[in-house]
Amino acid sequence: MSETPLIADLGGKPEEAPLSGGLSGAKIGVVTFPGTLDDRDAARAVKLAGGTPVALWHADTELGDVDAVVLPGGFSYGDYLRAGAIARFAPLMAKIVDAANSDAKLPVLGICNGFQILTEAHLLPGSMVKNDHLKFICRDQVLRVENNRTAWTNQYDEGQEITVVLKNQDGQYVADEKTLDELEGEGRVAFRYVGWNPNGSRRGIAGITNAAGNVVGLMPHPEHAVEPGFAPLGADGHYSTDGLGFFTSVLSQLVEAK
Amino acid sequence: MSTQTAPKFNIDTVEHAAETPDVELPWAELGLKQNEFEEIVKLLGRRPTAAELAMYSVMWSEHCSYKSSKVHLRQFGEKLTDEMKKDMMVGIGENAGVTNLGDGWAVTFKVESHNHPSFVEPYQGAATGIGGIVRDIISMGARPVAVMDPLRFGAIDHPDTPRLVHGIVSGIGGYGNSLGLPNIGGEVVFDSVYQANPLVNALAVGVLRHEDLRLANASGVGNRVVLFGARTGGDGIGGASVLASESFDDTKPSKRPAVQVGDPFAEKVLIECCLELFKHSLVEGIQDLGAAGISCATSELASNGDGGMRVELTNVLLRDPTLTPGEILMSESQERMMAVVTPENVAEFEKVMEKWNVEFSWLGEVTDSGRLVITWDGETIVDVDPRTVAHEGPVYNRPFNRPEWLDGVQKDAFRSSAAGKGLPASGNELKAAVLELMASPNMCDKSWVTKQYDSYVGGNTTLSSPDDAGVIRVDEETGLGVAISTDANGRYAYLDPYTGAQLALAESYRNVATSGAVPMAVTDCLNFGSPEDPEVMWQFAEAVRGLADACQTLGIPVTGGNVSLYNQTGTTAIHPTPVVGVLGKFDDVARRTPSGWQQNADGQAIYLLGTTRDELDGSEFANLRGHLGGLPPKLDLEAEKTLAAILINASRDGMIDAAHDLSEGGLAAALSEMVLRFGVGARVALEELCERDGVDAFTALFSESQARAVVAVPRSEEVRFNDMATARRFPVVRLGVVDVLATSLEVQGQFDLPIAELREAHEGTLPKYFG
Repeated sequence: MSETPLIADLGGKPEEAPLSGGLSGAKIGVVTFPGTLDDRDAARAVKLAGGTPVALWHADTELGDVDAVVLPGGFSYGDYLRAGAIARFAPLMAKIVDAANSDAKLPVLGICNGFQILTEAHLLPGSMVKNDHLKFICRDQVLRVENNRTAWTNQYDEGQEITVVLKNQDGQYVADEKTLDELEGEGRVAFRYVGWNPNGSRRGIAGITNAAGNVVGLMPHPEHAVEPGFAPLGADGHYSTDGLGFFTSVLSQLVEAK
Repeated sequence: MSTQTAPKFNIDTVEHAAETPDVELPWAELGLKQNEFEEIVKLLGRRPTAAELAMYSVMWSEHCSYKSSKVHLRQFGEKLTDEMKKDMMVGIGENAGVTNLGDGWAVTFKVESHNHPSFVEPYQGAATGIGGIVRDIISMGARPVAVMDPLRFGAIDHPDTPRLVHGIVSGIGGYGNSLGLPNIGGEVVFDSVYQANPLVNALAVGVLRHEDLRLANASGVGNRVVLFGARTGGDGIGGASVLASESFDDTKPSKRPAVQVGDPFAEKVLIECCLELFKHSLVEGIQDLGAAGISCATSELASNGDGGMRVELTNVLLRDPTLTPGEILMSESQERMMAVVTPENVAEFEKVMEKWNVEFSWLGEVTDSGRLVITWDGETIVDVDPRTVAHEGPVYNRPFNRPEWLDGVQKDAFRSSAAGKGLPASGNELKAAVLELMASPNMCDKSWVTKQYDSYVGGNTTLSSPDDAGVIRVDEETGLGVAISTDANGRYAYLDPYTGAQLALAESYRNVATSGAVPMAVTDCLNFGSPEDPEVMWQFAEAVRGLADACQTLGIPVTGGNVSLYNQTGTTAIHPTPVVGVLGKFDDVARRTPSGWQQNADGQAIYLLGTTRDELDGSEFANLRGHLGGLPPKLDLEAEKTLAAILINASRDGMIDAAHDLSEGGLAAALSEMVLRFGVGARVALEELCERDGVDAFTALFSESQARAVVAVPRSEEVRFNDMATARRFPVVRLGVVDVLATSLEVQGQFDLPIAELREAHEGTLPKYFG
């Protein structure tokens, strides 16, 4: 028992980013589409990890000098037609797709609606359909890191279990069996749900990566598990800041590359 | 902007109206009473045009004019003290009240009803309830930061209840989740009195810098009036106010839905677009379009400003080109805003609209004529003094009298009733009663509902359901934040509306203080039956009087709210249900107190603050036995203030790690919920409490005496904590300890209830009924 138990949990500075020295120069773009909701959260996560967030607008025609890009969660264009189906046609998306496929292999992370946009843009295979239980669900969710060799997961251990937030309506990951077998065979399943499959995703898949490891998409929200006091709270009294690893991973890769 | 060709109707112009005084007008079909119609003719000095009649009919409706409630609501203003005004920047009358938080920050919040539409069309009714209250918040110049939903349904096992629960919960989620606003709390209550009259109340809170405050007024002659957002359609014509009725014209599509249809994406874009307008100071006045649509927005803006406005109605962008001028004026299409812009800012304003792809149309301008003049293709169809439309509508002193049945009900105390015989006494009986209570529809786990809402978005939520209050950080630098709770108890208010309303306030106040925040302001949603029934009117009058008196004693003002009347089927009204929301302030939300103890609290002492009396009338336990009679628990606002001060100071000084208020279900519910919150057990004993307060174990567990809370105190803080309570002469008793190894709630000498068993009972109820 501590003298000031609660306050100690919250009052301290967020976990120091392991690579905070010299990182603030790394610019991570966060794209806002009409209907994007978690852009401010993603920018905060970048900042807490030690990077510099840069606001990007869907209608921009140039990517500028960002070193990586996050497509945050939300309901771009109201999820009308199909989640992510309209956003993929944004002028900036064409630039992002080019940069991700180029030799420079721009790191791109798609969270929730961002993941849906990445599949619509064919940077990642498969698709998301309505949760099997047909309801929106918001809960603290345990994931297992299946691949720690991507731009966004290199600070995790393989097999590590992390707690982040899950919240979605159309979160059931689907793909044909051949694609699923390929993903498994090539080690491209990046995250799997642990304990309970909250949306009926095929093979419990929560997130995947492209073959090069620079593009990662996942349904749960690491950006909601980065700051004590405002993150999943465990029975042990500790908040999960497990989501920070996504952002420190990309920053560490960027530093190494420089 | 598209240009439209005005359809050629036989327009009823002002000139035409003056020439044809004897034309029959459908005032009764539009919901006006004969005396009201005659008053309109007197005000205008001629018969109203069809368009004027449409405007007056919606603006003079109960919903918009508060004509039955106004004479009572006045007390909220009359009973304000200087202390209450200290931090109140905007009070009742604007779209929402505004409270000063210090450091240049302000907060605005309000609760509103969307009861009737939600019964007719649960999904859209509940969805547009969120949409409407959020636009009220934006209208103040604020960024909305959270929503809450107090919900009341009929009996859980009634065949119509699943339709309403599924529709309303998914409507709130579908709309609210798409806006990026965390849903941080509310209530879910089941009671057969709400059968066919579900209560769907929605609360929104927003934050702003002082300089961003905007009011709904049209000032500055020559300033331009613009309508932006979604197009105007045929949905919700007359909506909440009166029934649509121009059925004499069979050239139009018939059977329009009376419920508006929401588009959350349009609303989200509208929020961001408005915030950008505020950031660059591009609007002088702004008003959302809710009930009564353009009629309300134009008349209120003009009435609050320089008094004059000229509007060309054919400039309104339409979804349905067949709408008549009267329908356009009455339409309640969602996601629309009206603003007043100086000529210099027009180009910048248009740039913001284009950036967000929001449609807009310039309707007219502010004048100093003192008249609201609306033209249709150049011909005048409305020429009125806007104050007569917006603010000087009819006021009724409706007759009211205390119901004759009330004496009989109040004499029917639980203890002396048949239901009050054979109460649980042995340990096993008490254990069974706790399980029954915690599995009951009103006390069971509500996460089936709350998990369908996004509580995390924004990254500023630090407490949310099931904690006592929702807590949101406002300023990331300092940790400045707010706590909000909403509460009501229809059974208490049925037994005594004056005290019942005060008890709702007391509970909400206590919840906010339990989280560690200092209560500052009040919003209320007053849900009642028909004001034309003198007994209902008496309940209303008593509740308002009670609330105003209690606010004065607690020193916190009502800054806004809403009245919902006619919640009844036939002659059977709902229980009077004044829903009260209290907002409190944290200097630093890091000091907030969660409602349960965690593993690191092992060995902490569990204390009960307050006095337990034999108060079971109107309680959840009596409800389990199907009894409602007697008098509600005693109200003691001085005790509530002292308890609040103790909880707030203890939180500030790190003396408590967990706190939970006692309300419905009493100590049994509080201890169960604290154990369930993080699945950490406790061992308590009731002997000392029973001896001190002269009650038996059953009463100790199930009484609903007010001004009580349970707290967990670290061993190192026990002396300080006891000293503080003693210095304030507030009763405190040590009940036991948090025990991480005990996987149960043990009430020594009575029962040992495994957490797993309690959880199964608590969490099984809603999934059992709703899947």
